[in-house]
Amino acid sequence: MTILQQMLRVFVLILFAGGALAQDGPADGPRAATGGAQTLEDILARQARQPVDDGFRREATGDPDAAAPVTAPLGTRGGASDSDLWRALRYDSADVTTRNNGPAATVLIQDGGMWWLRFREGPLLGYGAWFLIGTLGVLALFFLLRGRIRIDGEKTGRTVTRFKAIERFAHWLLAGSFLLLGLTGLISLFGRKYLIPTFGHEAFSTFAIGAKWVHNNVSWAFMVALVMIFLFWVIHNLPDRTDVKWLLKGGGIFGGGHPPAKKFNAGQKLIFWSVILLGGSISLTGLALLFPFELHLFAPTFQKLNDLGVPGWLQEGRSWPAALTPQEEMQYAQLWHAIVSLVLLAIIFGHIYIGTLGMEGAYDAMGSGEVEEQWAREHHSLWLDEVKAREAGTDRAGTKGAKA
Amino acid sequence: MKAMLLAVCAMVVIAVGANFALRNYAGFSAQERTTVGESVRLDR
Ligand code: HEM
Repeated sequence: MTILQQMLRVFVLILFAGGALAQDGPADGPRAATGGAQTLEDILARQARQPVDDGFRREATGDPDAAAPVTAPLGTRGGASDSDLWRALRYDSADVTTRNNGPAATVLIQDGGMWWLRFREGPLLGYGAWFLIGTLGVLALFFLLRGRIRIDGEKTGRTVTRFKAIERFAHWLLAGSFLLLGLTGLISLFGRKYLIPTFGHEAFSTFAIGAKWVHNNVSWAFMVALVMIFLFWVIHNLPDRTDVKWLLKGGGIFGGGHPPAKKFNAGQKLIFWSVILLGGSISLTGLALLFPFELHLFAPTFQKLNDLGVPGWLQEGRSWPAALTPQEEMQYAQLWHAIVSLVLLAIIFGHIYIGTLGMEGAYDAMGSGEVEEQWAREHHSLWLDEVKAREAGTDRAGTKGAKA
Repeated sequence: MKAMLLAVCAMVVIAVGANFALRNYAGFSAQERTTVGESVRLDR
C-alpha cells in the first residue's frame, strides 16, 4: 500500500467519524443547517440584545448512557466529547469533583476580578487616605476656629452620675476593639502599597500575620460591645422634638447658647445611630469575609434594589448584577466593608475629638462616670432636671441623695 | 479608669477565646472546610 493510499484511508475514516458525530445534532428543526450549532439568527438576536434561547448549547453536554463501548471507536469518550464537557462546565451542570471542594472551586472563570483589584488598589486607597487625612484637617481647623468648648458658668463642685460602670465597660470594649480593628484593617488595606516598600516583604509579612490575627479575633469583642451599647442606650436615642430645636440652633456650637437636651443631644444621637447601623453593616460584611462564601449578601440586595428601581434613579435603564459568582460576592463584601469602615472611622475621629480635646468636662462621663453638675446643666439640661427630680424622690424615701 | 482596664482585659479574653473556639470546634481552617479526600476524582 502506498503512502498515498494509507492517507486516503485515514481521510475516509475521519470523514466517516465526523459524519457520525454530526448526526448527534438535530437533523431537522431551526438549527439543522448548522448541525445544531448557533445560527445567524442567534448572532443577530444577541447583537440586538434580544433574548437567545441557548438550550441548544446548554443541553448539548453529551449522553453517557448512549456511549459506545470502550472498545469501539470513540468509546473512550464516554459519550461526552471535549466540547460537551466544556459546555457542561460553562453552564455549571458538570458533575465536578476536585480535591478542593470549597463553594467556589467549580467556578473556573469569573470576570469581576480585575475590576475589583483595580478599584481596591486605586481609588479606594487614594480617596480613602485623603478622606481620613482630610477629616483630621477639618477637626484641626475646627479647633483653631472654635477652640475648646468650656464650661461657661461657675463650677459647682458637685457631680452627678452619668454612666454606670457596666455602661462605661461596654463603651470602652467598643472603643478599644474598634480602634484596634481600624488600625489593623488599615494595615491590611494599605500594607502592600505603603508598608512593603518601607519595611520589606519579610518584616511586613510577620507584621501582617499578626495584624490579621488581631483583626479576625478582636472583631468578636466589637460585635459583643455593639449589642451591649445598643441595648443600654437605644431608649435614650429615639428621635424627638428636642432634637429638631437642637439641630436648628446648630447645637449652639458657635456661640448660640445651650439648646436644651435630654440624656443625648441630636448630635450624639447621630453618632449613636451611625455606630449602630454602620457598625452593624461592617460586622455583617466582616462575617461574610471571615467565613468565605457562606453568606450571600449582595446578589439578593441588588435584586431587591432592582425591583424597587433604585439603579434607574442614577441612570435610565440601569440595573445591578443580581447573579454573582461566589468570588464576586466576596469582592463586593470586601469593598463595602472597607468603605463603610473608612466612613465610620472619620465619624469616630470627630467623636473622639469632642469627647477629649474639644469639650471641657466631657471625658469624665466615660472616665469616672461622674460629671460636673454645671456641665450637665449646660449640655443636657433636661436630663439633669430628670436626675434631680429622681434624686429628690429617693431622698424623700430616705435613701442616698445627690453626691456632694 | 477601672472600666477601661476591665474592657481591655475582656477584649483580650474574647479574642483568644474566639480563636480557640473557632480552631477547635468550628472546623475553622481552609483545609478542613474545603478538601474532601486524598484523590482528585476516583475515590467516590
Ligand atoms: C478614645 C476614644 C474614645 C473616647 C475618648 C470616647 C469618649 C466618649 C465620651 C466622653 C462619651 C460620653 C459623652 C457624653 O457624656 O455625653 C462617649 C459616648 C459614646 N461613644 Fe465614645 N469615645 C471613644 C471611642 C468610641 C468609639 C470607637 C465608639 C464606637 C465605635 C464610640 C461610641 C460611642 C457612642 C455610641 C457614645 C454615645 C453617643 C455619644 O455620646 O456620642 N466611642 N464617648
